[in-house]
Amino acid sequence: MSDTLSVAWALAWIRGAQAVLAENRETLNDLDRAIGDGDHGENMDRGMKAVVGKLADGAEDVQGVLKVVASTLMSVVGGAAGPLYGTAFLRAAKATEGDVDANGAVAIIAGALEGIVARGKATTGEKTMVDSWTPALDAAKAVAESGGTPAAAFRAAAEAAAKGSDDTIPLRASKGRASYLGERSMGHRDPGSLSTAIILKAAADAAEAA
Amino acid sequence: MTVALVIVSHSVQLADGVVELAAQMARNVELRAAGGTDDGRIGTSFDKVNDAVTELRAAGHDVAILTDLGSATMTVESVLDFLDEEELEHVKFSDGPLVEGAVAAAVTAQVGGDLDAVVAAGRARELFS
Repeated sequence: MSDTLSVAWALAWIRGAQAVLAENRETLNDLDRAIGDGDHGENMDRGMKAVVGKLADGAEDVQGVLKVVASTLMSVVGGAAGPLYGTAFLRAAKATEGDVDANGAVAIIAGALEGIVARGKATTGEKTMVDSWTPALDAAKAVAESGGTPAAAFRAAAEAAAKGSDDTIPLRASKGRASYLGERSMGHRDPGSLSTAIILKAAADAAEAA
Repeated sequence: MTVALVIVSHSVQLADGVVELAAQMARNVELRAAGGTDDGRIGTSFDKVNDAVTELRAAGHDVAILTDLGSATMTVESVLDFLDEEELEHVKFSDGPLVEGAVAAAVTAQVGGDLDAVVAAGRARELFS
Protein backbone atom coordinates (compact mmCIF):
# COMPACT_ATOMS: atom_id res chain seq x y z
CA MET A 1 0.00 0.00 0.00
CA SER A 2 1.41 3.40 -0.89
CA ASP A 3 0.77 6.93 0.33
CA THR A 4 -0.21 8.19 -3.08
CA LEU A 5 -2.34 6.59 -5.74
CA SER A 6 -1.26 6.78 -9.36
CA VAL A 7 -2.83 6.25 -12.76
CA ALA A 8 -2.40 2.48 -12.30
CA TRP A 9 -4.70 2.70 -9.29
CA ALA A 10 -7.27 4.74 -11.20
CA LEU A 11 -7.33 2.19 -14.03
CA ALA A 12 -7.61 -0.71 -11.57
CA TRP A 13 -10.42 1.15 -9.76
CA ILE A 14 -12.49 1.69 -12.88
CA ARG A 15 -11.91 -1.83 -14.22
CA GLY A 16 -12.81 -3.27 -10.82
CA ALA A 17 -15.95 -1.15 -10.63
CA GLN A 18 -16.94 -2.31 -14.11
CA ALA A 19 -16.59 -5.97 -13.12
CA VAL A 20 -18.68 -5.62 -9.95
CA LEU A 21 -21.33 -3.48 -11.66
CA ALA A 22 -21.59 -6.17 -14.36
CA GLU A 23 -22.06 -8.83 -11.65
CA ASN A 24 -24.76 -6.68 -10.03
CA ARG A 25 -26.52 -5.79 -13.25
CA GLU A 26 -29.70 -7.73 -12.42
CA THR A 27 -29.73 -6.63 -8.78
CA LEU A 28 -29.59 -3.00 -9.87
CA ASN A 29 -32.25 -3.57 -12.54
CA ASP A 30 -34.52 -5.20 -9.95
CA LEU A 31 -34.08 -2.35 -7.48
CA ASP A 32 -34.78 0.15 -10.22
CA ARG A 33 -37.80 -1.81 -11.43
CA ALA A 34 -39.36 -1.45 -7.98
CA ILE A 35 -39.16 2.35 -7.89
CA GLY A 36 -37.98 3.52 -11.31
CA ASP A 37 -37.68 2.51 -14.94
CA GLY A 38 -35.79 -0.72 -14.37
CA ASP A 39 -32.69 -0.01 -16.40
CA HIS A 40 -30.06 1.18 -13.90
CA GLY A 41 -28.11 -2.08 -13.98
CA GLU A 42 -28.21 -2.30 -17.74
CA ASN A 43 -27.22 1.35 -18.14
CA MET A 44 -24.31 1.15 -15.70
CA ASP A 45 -23.10 -2.11 -17.24
CA ARG A 46 -23.27 -0.72 -20.77
CA GLY A 47 -21.64 2.55 -19.71
CA MET A 48 -18.79 1.00 -17.73
CA LYS A 49 -18.03 -1.56 -20.44
CA ALA A 50 -17.68 1.33 -22.89
CA VAL A 51 -15.44 3.15 -20.40
CA VAL A 52 -13.15 0.16 -19.96
CA GLY A 53 -12.96 -0.20 -23.75
CA LYS A 54 -11.91 3.44 -24.08
CA LEU A 55 -9.27 2.94 -21.37
CA ALA A 56 -7.78 -0.15 -23.05
CA ASP A 57 -4.66 1.82 -23.96
CA GLY A 58 -4.39 3.35 -20.48
CA ALA A 59 -4.29 7.06 -19.72
CA GLU A 60 -1.71 9.68 -18.88
CA ASP A 61 -2.73 10.34 -15.29
CA VAL A 62 -5.55 9.95 -12.77
CA GLN A 63 -7.29 13.03 -14.12
CA GLY A 64 -7.18 11.57 -17.62
CA VAL A 65 -8.88 8.38 -16.43
CA LEU A 66 -11.63 10.32 -14.66
CA LYS A 67 -12.23 12.47 -17.76
CA VAL A 68 -12.69 9.39 -19.96
CA VAL A 69 -15.17 7.97 -17.43
CA ALA A 70 -17.07 11.28 -17.43
CA SER A 71 -17.38 11.79 -21.17
CA THR A 72 -18.13 8.14 -21.90
CA LEU A 73 -20.85 7.76 -19.26
CA MET A 74 -22.44 11.00 -20.41
CA SER A 75 -22.60 9.77 -24.01
CA VAL A 76 -23.39 6.10 -23.55
CA VAL A 77 -25.62 5.62 -20.50
CA GLY A 78 -28.89 7.23 -21.64
CA GLY A 79 -30.67 7.18 -18.26
CA ALA A 80 -30.39 9.67 -15.42
CA ALA A 81 -27.17 7.96 -14.30
CA GLY A 82 -25.40 9.25 -17.44
CA PRO A 83 -25.53 12.95 -16.71
CA LEU A 84 -25.29 12.34 -12.95
CA TYR A 85 -22.20 10.12 -12.93
CA GLY A 86 -20.84 11.96 -15.97
CA THR A 87 -20.94 15.27 -14.13
CA ALA A 88 -19.65 13.59 -10.95
CA PHE A 89 -16.54 12.23 -12.68
CA LEU A 90 -16.04 15.47 -14.59
CA ARG A 91 -15.95 17.50 -11.36
CA ALA A 92 -13.80 14.83 -9.71
CA ALA A 93 -11.37 15.11 -12.64
CA LYS A 94 -11.27 18.89 -12.30
CA ALA A 95 -10.46 18.49 -8.59
CA THR A 96 -7.54 16.15 -9.30
CA GLU A 97 -3.95 16.98 -10.15
CA GLY A 98 -1.17 14.41 -10.29
CA ASP A 99 -1.22 11.44 -7.94
CA VAL A 100 -3.80 11.15 -5.18
CA ASP A 101 -3.00 11.44 -1.46
CA ALA A 102 -5.64 11.33 1.29
CA ASN A 103 -6.64 14.93 0.62
CA GLY A 104 -6.80 14.07 -3.05
CA ALA A 105 -9.18 11.22 -2.25
CA VAL A 106 -11.36 13.71 -0.37
CA ALA A 107 -11.18 16.08 -3.35
CA ILE A 108 -12.33 13.35 -5.75
CA ILE A 109 -15.31 12.43 -3.57
CA ALA A 110 -16.14 16.08 -2.89
CA GLY A 111 -16.00 16.87 -6.60
CA ALA A 112 -18.26 13.93 -7.41
CA LEU A 113 -20.81 14.92 -4.80
CA GLU A 114 -20.76 18.54 -5.93
CA GLY A 115 -21.36 17.46 -9.52
CA ILE A 116 -24.27 15.22 -8.58
CA VAL A 117 -25.91 17.91 -6.48
CA ALA A 118 -25.41 20.50 -9.25
CA ARG A 119 -26.99 18.19 -11.82
CA GLY A 120 -29.70 16.43 -9.83
CA LYS A 121 -30.49 19.17 -7.32
CA ALA A 122 -31.11 16.62 -4.57
CA THR A 123 -30.15 16.94 -0.93
CA THR A 124 -29.73 14.21 1.67
CA GLY A 125 -32.81 12.28 2.74
CA GLU A 126 -34.43 12.30 -0.71
CA LYS A 127 -33.59 8.65 -1.45
CA THR A 128 -30.93 9.26 -4.08
CA MET A 129 -27.21 8.60 -4.60
CA VAL A 130 -26.58 11.79 -2.62
CA ASP A 131 -27.43 9.70 0.46
CA SER A 132 -24.36 7.54 -0.26
CA TRP A 133 -21.93 10.23 -1.44
CA THR A 134 -22.57 12.61 1.47
CA PRO A 135 -21.61 10.25 4.35
CA ALA A 136 -18.78 8.95 2.14
CA LEU A 137 -17.32 12.44 1.92
CA ASP A 138 -17.61 12.98 5.68
CA ALA A 139 -15.90 9.65 6.39
CA ALA A 140 -13.05 10.31 3.94
CA LYS A 141 -12.51 13.77 5.42
CA ALA A 142 -12.21 12.33 8.92
CA VAL A 143 -9.52 9.90 7.76
CA ALA A 144 -7.59 12.61 5.88
CA GLU A 145 -7.72 14.99 8.85
CA SER A 146 -6.29 12.34 11.15
CA GLY A 147 -3.40 11.66 8.77
CA GLY A 148 -4.64 8.41 7.22
CA THR A 149 -3.72 6.98 3.84
CA PRO A 150 -5.77 7.51 0.69
CA ALA A 151 -6.64 3.79 0.81
CA ALA A 152 -8.03 4.25 4.32
CA ALA A 153 -9.96 7.31 3.15
CA PHE A 154 -11.57 5.37 0.30
CA ARG A 155 -12.26 2.38 2.59
CA ALA A 156 -14.02 4.63 5.12
CA ALA A 157 -15.91 6.31 2.28
CA ALA A 158 -16.99 2.94 0.85
CA GLU A 159 -18.26 1.70 4.20
CA ALA A 160 -20.13 4.94 4.83
CA ALA A 161 -21.64 4.78 1.33
CA ALA A 162 -22.84 1.21 1.91
CA LYS A 163 -24.44 2.28 5.19
CA GLY A 164 -25.90 5.33 3.45
CA SER A 165 -27.39 3.04 0.82
CA ASP A 166 -28.94 0.84 3.53
CA ASP A 167 -30.40 3.98 5.07
CA THR A 168 -32.25 4.86 1.84
CA ILE A 169 -34.53 1.81 2.26
CA PRO A 170 -37.12 3.39 4.60
CA LEU A 171 -36.99 6.79 2.92
CA ARG A 172 -39.74 8.23 0.77
CA ALA A 173 -38.40 9.37 -2.61
CA SER A 174 -38.80 13.03 -3.44
CA LYS A 175 -36.62 13.26 -6.56
CA GLY A 176 -36.83 11.64 -9.96
CA ARG A 177 -39.43 9.20 -11.17
CA ALA A 178 -39.44 7.31 -7.86
CA SER A 179 -41.09 10.39 -6.34
CA TYR A 180 -44.24 9.65 -8.37
CA LEU A 181 -44.68 6.56 -6.19
CA GLY A 182 -44.95 8.61 -3.01
CA GLU A 183 -45.22 6.36 0.04
CA ARG A 184 -44.93 3.25 -2.12
CA SER A 185 -41.27 4.12 -2.67
CA MET A 186 -40.66 3.34 1.02
CA GLY A 187 -39.14 -0.06 1.84
CA HIS A 188 -36.98 -0.16 -1.32
CA ARG A 189 -33.26 0.57 -1.64
CA ASP A 190 -32.36 3.38 -4.01
CA PRO A 191 -30.43 1.79 -6.91
CA GLY A 192 -28.15 4.80 -7.44
CA SER A 193 -27.07 4.65 -3.81
CA LEU A 194 -25.98 1.02 -4.36
CA SER A 195 -24.06 1.72 -7.58
CA THR A 196 -22.30 4.52 -5.68
CA ALA A 197 -21.35 2.14 -2.86
CA ILE A 198 -20.04 -0.37 -5.44
CA ILE A 199 -17.93 2.28 -7.19
CA LEU A 200 -16.41 3.53 -3.92
CA LYS A 201 -15.70 -0.01 -2.70
CA ALA A 202 -13.84 -0.66 -5.96
CA ALA A 203 -11.76 2.48 -5.31
CA ALA A 204 -10.86 1.19 -1.84
CA ASP A 205 -10.09 -2.35 -3.06
CA ALA A 206 -7.81 -1.02 -5.80
CA ALA A 207 -6.10 1.38 -3.37
CA GLU A 208 -5.35 -1.39 -0.88
CA ALA A 209 -3.87 -3.50 -3.67
CA ALA A 210 -1.77 -0.59 -5.00
CA MET B 1 -33.88 33.85 -39.05
CA THR B 2 -36.43 32.03 -36.91
CA VAL B 3 -35.60 30.36 -33.63
CA ALA B 4 -35.21 26.58 -33.97
CA LEU B 5 -36.41 23.90 -31.54
CA VAL B 6 -34.82 20.68 -30.32
CA ILE B 7 -37.31 18.19 -28.87
CA VAL B 8 -35.66 15.79 -26.42
CA SER B 9 -37.57 12.70 -25.35
CA HIS B 10 -36.73 9.31 -23.89
CA SER B 11 -38.66 7.80 -26.78
CA VAL B 12 -37.69 8.13 -30.45
CA GLN B 13 -41.34 7.98 -31.43
CA LEU B 14 -42.44 10.54 -28.87
CA ALA B 15 -39.80 13.05 -30.03
CA ASP B 16 -40.74 12.46 -33.67
CA GLY B 17 -44.44 12.76 -32.83
CA VAL B 18 -44.02 16.04 -30.99
CA VAL B 19 -42.04 17.42 -33.95
CA GLU B 20 -44.78 16.27 -36.31
CA LEU B 21 -47.45 17.94 -34.19
CA ALA B 22 -45.56 21.21 -33.68
CA ALA B 23 -44.66 21.44 -37.38
CA GLN B 24 -48.32 21.56 -38.31
CA MET B 25 -48.58 25.11 -37.02
CA ALA B 26 -45.00 26.17 -37.67
CA ARG B 27 -44.10 25.35 -41.25
CA ASN B 28 -41.02 27.55 -41.42
CA VAL B 29 -39.49 26.60 -38.09
CA GLU B 30 -36.57 24.18 -37.92
CA LEU B 31 -37.62 21.38 -35.55
CA ARG B 32 -35.21 18.62 -34.56
CA ALA B 33 -36.10 15.45 -32.72
CA ALA B 34 -33.49 14.06 -30.31
CA GLY B 35 -35.30 10.98 -29.03
CA GLY B 36 -33.94 7.82 -27.46
CA THR B 37 -30.37 6.68 -26.91
CA ASP B 38 -27.72 6.43 -29.63
CA ASP B 39 -28.75 2.80 -30.23
CA GLY B 40 -32.48 3.51 -30.20
CA ARG B 41 -33.32 2.38 -26.67
CA ILE B 42 -35.49 4.32 -24.24
CA GLY B 43 -33.34 7.07 -22.77
CA THR B 44 -31.67 10.26 -23.88
CA SER B 45 -28.44 10.90 -25.71
CA PHE B 46 -25.92 13.62 -24.94
CA ASP B 47 -24.56 13.28 -28.47
CA LYS B 48 -27.95 13.48 -30.22
CA VAL B 49 -28.81 16.67 -28.33
CA ASN B 50 -25.35 18.13 -28.82
CA ASP B 51 -25.31 17.31 -32.56
CA ALA B 52 -28.75 18.87 -33.10
CA VAL B 53 -27.73 22.05 -31.27
CA THR B 54 -24.40 22.25 -33.10
CA GLU B 55 -26.02 21.84 -36.53
CA LEU B 56 -28.72 24.42 -35.85
CA ARG B 57 -26.20 26.92 -34.48
CA ALA B 58 -23.96 26.37 -37.52
CA ALA B 59 -26.96 27.20 -39.70
CA GLY B 60 -27.37 30.47 -37.79
CA HIS B 61 -30.36 29.65 -35.60
CA ASP B 62 -30.95 30.46 -31.98
CA VAL B 63 -32.08 27.25 -30.30
CA ALA B 64 -34.72 26.45 -27.69
CA ILE B 65 -34.61 22.94 -26.19
CA LEU B 66 -37.60 21.14 -24.66
CA THR B 67 -37.60 17.85 -22.71
CA ASP B 68 -40.04 15.19 -21.55
CA LEU B 69 -38.72 14.06 -18.12
CA GLY B 70 -36.14 14.94 -15.48
CA SER B 71 -33.29 12.82 -16.75
CA ALA B 72 -33.72 14.30 -20.25
CA THR B 73 -33.42 17.69 -18.59
CA MET B 74 -30.18 16.55 -16.92
CA THR B 75 -28.82 15.48 -20.29
CA VAL B 76 -29.68 18.89 -21.77
CA GLU B 77 -28.09 20.69 -18.81
CA SER B 78 -24.96 18.60 -19.32
CA VAL B 79 -24.81 19.72 -22.96
CA LEU B 80 -25.32 23.36 -21.91
CA ASP B 81 -22.47 22.99 -19.39
CA PHE B 82 -20.06 22.54 -22.29
CA LEU B 83 -21.09 25.78 -24.04
CA ASP B 84 -19.36 29.07 -23.35
CA GLU B 85 -21.22 32.09 -22.01
CA GLU B 86 -21.71 33.74 -25.37
CA GLU B 87 -23.18 30.56 -26.84
CA LEU B 88 -25.54 30.31 -23.86
CA GLU B 89 -27.15 33.54 -25.09
CA HIS B 90 -28.21 31.61 -28.19
CA VAL B 91 -29.10 28.19 -26.78
CA LYS B 92 -31.64 27.94 -23.97
CA PHE B 93 -33.63 25.30 -22.16
CA SER B 94 -37.38 25.79 -21.97
CA ASP B 95 -38.67 24.02 -18.89
CA GLY B 96 -42.29 23.30 -19.71
CA PRO B 97 -44.78 20.54 -20.51
CA LEU B 98 -43.44 18.89 -23.65
CA VAL B 99 -46.42 18.77 -25.99
CA GLU B 100 -48.14 22.04 -25.15
CA GLY B 101 -44.79 23.73 -24.70
CA ALA B 102 -43.46 22.58 -28.05
CA VAL B 103 -46.56 23.72 -29.91
CA ALA B 104 -46.62 27.09 -28.13
CA ALA B 105 -42.87 27.59 -28.67
CA ALA B 106 -43.06 26.59 -32.34
CA VAL B 107 -45.94 28.94 -33.05
CA THR B 108 -44.10 31.77 -31.29
CA ALA B 109 -41.02 31.07 -33.41
CA GLN B 110 -43.17 30.91 -36.56
CA VAL B 111 -44.50 34.44 -35.95
CA GLY B 112 -40.99 35.78 -35.44
CA GLY B 113 -40.59 35.64 -31.66
CA ASP B 114 -37.02 35.92 -30.41
CA LEU B 115 -35.32 33.24 -28.30
CA ASP B 116 -36.55 34.58 -24.97
CA ALA B 117 -40.13 34.78 -26.27
CA VAL B 118 -39.95 31.22 -27.62
CA VAL B 119 -38.48 29.89 -24.36
CA ALA B 120 -41.20 31.70 -22.35
CA ALA B 121 -43.90 30.27 -24.63
CA GLY B 122 -42.43 26.79 -24.21
CA ARG B 123 -42.80 27.06 -20.46
CA ALA B 124 -46.52 27.50 -21.18
CA ARG B 125 -47.26 28.35 -17.57
CA GLU B 126 -50.49 30.13 -18.46
CA LEU B 127 -51.90 26.84 -19.73
CA PHE B 128 -51.85 25.54 -16.17
CA SER B 129 -52.65 28.61 -14.15
